[in-house]
Amino acid sequence: MNIVVCVKQVPDPETPASQFAVDEAAKRVIPAQGIAPVVNPYDPQATEAALRLRDAAGEGTITVISLGPDSARDAIKHALAMGADEGILLSDPSFEGIDNFQTAAILAETIKKVGIPDLILMGRAAADWDMGVVPIGVAQLLDIPCVTVAKAVEVGDGNITVERVLDDGFETVETTLPAVVSVSNEFGEPRYPQLRQIMLAAKKNVEVWDKESLGLDPASVGSDNRLLALEALYVPKVESNVEVIQGDSPEEKARNLALKLREAKLI
Amino acid sequence: MSAILVIGELNEGVVASHTFELLAAARSLSDAGGGDVHALVPGDSSVGQSLFGGGADAVHVATNQLLQTELTVDAFLPPVLNVIENTGADIVLIAQTAFGRDFGPALAFNLKAAVAMECTGLTLDGGRLQATRACYGGSARAEVKWGSSVQIVTIKPKTLDALATDDSRSGEVTEVSEVGEARVKILGTEKAEATGIRLEDAEVVVSGGRGLGEPEAFGILEELGNLLNGATGASRAACDLGWYPPSQQVGLTGKTVTPNLYIAVAISGASQHMAGMSGSKNIVAINRDEDSNMVQSSRFAVIEDYKKVIPALIEEIKNLG
Ligand SMILES: Cc1cc2nc3c(=O)[nH]c(=O)nc-3n(C[C@H](O)[C@H](O)[C@H](O)COP(=O)(O)OP(=O)(O)OC[C@H]3O[C@@H](n4cnc5c(N)ncnc54)[C@H](O)[C@@H]3O)c2cc1C
Ligand SMILES: Nc1ncnc2c1ncn2[C@@H]1O[C@H](COP(=O)(O)O)[C@@H](O)[C@H]1O
Repeated sequence: MNIVVCVKQVPDPETPASQFAVDEAAKRVIPAQGIAPVVNPYDPQATEAALRLRDAAGEGTITVISLGPDSARDAIKHALAMGADEGILLSDPSFEGIDNFQTAAILAETIKKVGIPDLILMGRAAADWDMGVVPIGVAQLLDIPCVTVAKAVEVGDGNITVERVLDDGFETVETTLPAVVSVSNEFGEPRYPQLRQIMLAAKKNVEVWDKESLGLDPASVGSDNRLLALEALYVPKVESNVEVIQGDSPEEKARNLALKLREAKLI
Repeated sequence: MSAILVIGELNEGVVASHTFELLAAARSLSDAGGGDVHALVPGDSSVGQSLFGGGADAVHVATNQLLQTELTVDAFLPPVLNVIENTGADIVLIAQTAFGRDFGPALAFNLKAAVAMECTGLTLDGGRLQATRACYGGSARAEVKWGSSVQIVTIKPKTLDALATDDSRSGEVTEVSEVGEARVKILGTEKAEATGIRLEDAEVVVSGGRGLGEPEAFGILEELGNLLNGATGASRAACDLGWYPPSQQVGLTGKTVTPNLYIAVAISGASQHMAGMSGSKNIVAINRDEDSNMVQSSRFAVIEDYKKVIPALIEEIKNLG
């Protein structure tokens, strides 16, 4: 069972609003002081799914791929520490500021180079642009099926059964392998790497591939070639005009709130 | 000649309410010079008629039975590509449903076009689309424009109002018979237990978060919700803990709600939660922490242990009658 897992490094989505800032001219998020970027929260879940499937099969290789700056090596190391086998970092100055269309194209190209595995696992969406486009894009480009927002995954003989989350419940679907599956938080907590595993992963080699080694057409990558142009990026203004309900006891506060709500015709 | 295509969906055999919301967005783009509004929905011509009343200038139905019972991305792509080709549609509007969030990107990659997910403000600038969308978990807004000729957009249900039905509008429905081969087979679905009012339709929503400390506390929130004729929601932290079903999750990866009254109990107000409820007309926060984002974003707040406030609030509301 050979599996590719795609992981992305993102600014910590739990960054407090007070420390979240944007460089409007550069249309980029300013890294918050003292808050390191993290692996996109769904991607360790994708890695966890890969580990369970590999271990259930008793054989196979998990290759972790991340496209990003040099620091994205940490996202790969995290997956290696969890138990993945190999890592490839896709890094090139021209990859900065690309859109998810190009990201999917470069990932698909890479996956072709390493050889199409039995299964490609990704997160349901990346917590920076909140799009959820890349898994579907990679599947379209490789012309293989895609199942998104998985809660549980089970591999059979040449096929895969996925329980997925819908707007109002769940659905079980089946498709043939190879396929792309994107994993959601409902999958459950991923394992947390132990110190010893982190140390071992630190020693593992991560290959770095750039535009040339991938053989990409230079005219197809770069922020100037975005299909979705970013015109502006900003932090929306929120003004607080909260009325804090007063009272000497919780009961009195509750009464005053009820009266306020009635007065405002809200109840 | 540009045109706008609305991709419709069925819900239990009738056109889904979010399709009419998309039609409203399409109409205003059309009025701004975006061209005629076409709508395509799986179904038969009887289903198609209602789309005229909702604002469509032309209606197409994808009649293959498979699309009506088991709508999948691969099966729906050929009829949609056909209609885009025949109408010259350069704006495609899709609802951000479990289906649409897969279909939009798949269509985009087929057409080598860009897709922007969960857009809010749509405007035309020199005939080209410009959209606003939340990103970074709701902490930031991006303005985007398309470099591809076809511009694909998804819109989250309940973020727009449908137009009042115009019965004077009607027309011929065009049938499209293509269907693709479904590579993903649906083996079964499990509906979340629906008790009471649907979260998305409720005028009052009472939601609970991790600060409740225990799953049992949702019982008292449901009691308050029922008393106010509302629905009960939850933060993702509460859902991930298994305290409440994910179908009731409010936020970025959950439901979007815009009730008249949203009561947030022991929810801190992370941007990803706000992304699903900041459109509520009136927010009330019950929280121990006055500095929390939820309190600061609310109209009224009670700074107190919810355990002491909620039972008393229920009593007071009952007393008010
Ligand atoms: C990619 C991504 C997507 C996400 N999507 C969503 C989403 O769709 N929806 C969502 O909700 N979250 C989402 N999150 C999670 C989000 O970032 C927060 O972690 C989550 O909303 C926090 O939930 P909470 O407010 O219940 O918990 P906490 O942040 O822990 O807040 C608990 C609150 O309870 C208060 N409290 C504690 N005890 C009491 C008491 N006795 N009485 C009164 N108040 C009390 C505290 O003061 C605090 O404000 C997402 C995160 C990521 C990274
Ligand atoms: N730059 C990237 N490198 C590796 N994987 C990525 C990258 N961008 C997106 N992905 C994968 O695609 C998933 C969805 O991302 P997105 O479509 O950008 O929301 C992520 O959870 C990752 O698994």
